[in-house]
Amino acid sequence: MALVELRNVSKIYHLGGEEIRALDDVSLEINAGEFISIIGPSGSGKSTLMHILGCLDTPTSGTIQLDGIMFQDASQRQLAGLRNRKIGFVFQFFNLLPKLNVVQNVELPMIYSGVSAKERRRRALGALDAVGLADRTKHRPSQLSGGQQQRVAIARALVNDPRIIFADEPTGNLDSHTGEAILSLFRRLSQEGRTIVLVTHDPEIAAVTPRRIEIRDGKIAEKVDTTLAGLDRIRPAETTAAE
Amino acid sequence: MNAPPANPSPEAARGPSFSLETTVGVGFREIWAHKFRSLLTMLGIILGVSSLIAMSALVKGMEKGAKEALIAVGGLEKVRVESQDLPVEQRYLADQAVGITINDVYALQGGAPLVTRISPEMRIPATVSANGKRFRPFICNGVWPVALEMSEHVIAHGRMFNEIDDEMARSVCVIGTATRDELWGSPEEVGKEIVPVGQTLYINGVPFTIIGMFQHYESEQARKERELAQLQAQQGLTNKVTGPVRNRGWGGKGHGGFVFWLKNATIFMPLNTAYMKFRTGGTPSAYSRGAAGTTSSTTGGTVPDARLSNLELKVASVDLLTEALTQARNVLMSTHKGIEDFTFRTQEDWADNIKLFIHNARLSGGLIAGISLLVGGIGIMNIMLASISERVREIGIRKSVGATTNDIFIQILVESLVIAVLGGLTGLVTSFGLVQLIGSFSPTDNAPIVTVGAMALAFAFSVIVGILAGLFPAFKAARLNPIQALRYE
Repeated sequence: MALVELRNVSKIYHLGGEEIRALDDVSLEINAGEFISIIGPSGSGKSTLMHILGCLDTPTSGTIQLDGIMFQDASQRQLAGLRNRKIGFVFQFFNLLPKLNVVQNVELPMIYSGVSAKERRRRALGALDAVGLADRTKHRPSQLSGGQQQRVAIARALVNDPRIIFADEPTGNLDSHTGEAILSLFRRLSQEGRTIVLVTHDPEIAAVTPRRIEIRDGKIAEKVDTTLAGLDRIRPAETTAAE
Repeated sequence: MNAPPANPSPEAARGPSFSLETTVGVGFREIWAHKFRSLLTMLGIILGVSSLIAMSALVKGMEKGAKEALIAVGGLEKVRVESQDLPVEQRYLADQAVGITINDVYALQGGAPLVTRISPEMRIPATVSANGKRFRPFICNGVWPVALEMSEHVIAHGRMFNEIDDEMARSVCVIGTATRDELWGSPEEVGKEIVPVGQTLYINGVPFTIIGMFQHYESEQARKERELAQLQAQQGLTNKVTGPVRNRGWGGKGHGGFVFWLKNATIFMPLNTAYMKFRTGGTPSAYSRGAAGTTSSTTGGTVPDARLSNLELKVASVDLLTEALTQARNVLMSTHKGIEDFTFRTQEDWADNIKLFIHNARLSGGLIAGISLLVGGIGIMNIMLASISERVREIGIRKSVGATTNDIFIQILVESLVIAVLGGLTGLVTSFGLVQLIGSFSPTDNAPIVTVGAMALAFAFSVIVGILAGLFPAFKAARLNPIQALRYE
């Protein structure tokens, strides 16, 4: 069974009496361990797709299966629980809390999953070590460079050991050099077996992932399965084996 | 497979919500991050709580002072019988009205068992002079020796006149300290206490020998203040050379002080003496005969009566007040031949007045303090609303990492509560200062009394206000859509 499965998912907004189909009958599968990019121009519906995949939003119709849990009309509380335990987010603008220091920011998801303070600190330091920021734990986000802030955000996404990580334009606010470093960090995480979904409008960035899904006008326009062609993919065979 | 270890429990149910101490910690951090703003917000609660406590302390002090004064004038068991104008339907009997006489005393002694003590009073409008000075005492009464207990007087020097002094109509008197202070000088003026027992006092020009002096009456607070000053003077803590400073009891600004002054400005002489020296008509022998024999009270009409100013009665107990009054009324109706030229005045009216006054003071003070707490609460709500609109993005981030609606609701509510509780605690501390401040220019000379109950009540109110003020902002914050909140700039 796939890790994530969308079946005939639609999302319809009503804007001033006008019906906007942000997602139109989308079906999609993501397997555990995959490194995928969702690509499309702005307004194409890729953000909506990510929000629904990331349990930030619920679809108007259709079903979602995440890690064995099927849900159609999940409550806000259930969605929050799924976000907390199964999903990690990395955003374009980092979205760190400016009043907290680096390690406190990384601890944030664990506060909501009821992890003890001692365990929180231990795991947060471990996650920061994994992204190469073990020496910046007491800094405030404002004292860090953009690339470092994004590493903190990645550490925060990793810390609750999620089943899937969504990165929404993670390099969009970084210079190309730093962006490249962040992308190679994602590559490394993928090699470690993480499931990562990269959302971007930039085909160049999407090119780093073995599999790309293009969204246009709320529909999946093109499915480019390049699993075998993935240059940086270490064990493509295992992904297929898992299916 | 190289995938991260699968979550052991695949269901969507949440683990324990994040702990209270973490939430309170977040609240404190938020307050610390905006120190000045939080302080201003807290000020509303601080003022509300301290004004509530100060108001209650003030009223409590007044209540205590009023009760002390009530006891000083003889307590609730004391009833006064005064003469009054006849009711309209009896006006034509006016020339037959006998007034209050000593016969009534004997009749009450015989016929009203619920009345335990009776003290007749003959009031003399007097100017007294001695030592080259003159003074108008508030009370100059001819009384029986029983008046001592009746009016809760205590002899400090010399003695009270007795039945023999009364029988012989001796020219003796007992004075209060106010008379001494005016004619011979008070201890704080002279530097030592003068006891004019044995001296001659001229009452309306008639010479009397002072045989006793009452103790000085003052409120408990005045006594404490005086004793403290005395102690300090002894230990040389102050450079006062005038000796013990004492409240004369009438420099007092309020009701309580007046009562004590009234009591100090009293002169008592035997009833017979007052009658003989200051009233004409009637023969003292006939009057004395009445005093000697209890059965003679039935001979009412044949004895020439000397009218009294009033009677003071003490009833067996407050609970039996109504019954005792009925008894006394029936007896007096018979001695007065059915003419209602007397009336009863109880301290109950006064006690009721005190209760009413305290109730009103408490109500109005509570209202003002309550409004100021309410304003404090509105301040908290206002700042919490401002705070959450500054932190929309933060709320979005928290939600995206798994905070539930409930978590956010509790976080904002706890922040509001932390402000209120800190404000409440500070208010408890500052209330002591406020009580001192108000005490220094309060209209009564009763020290405010801070009670634990008032403090607990005020603190509880601040907590309630904190919760109420936090509800709406917390609801507003919790309801935010995470996607929109994350996009918020």
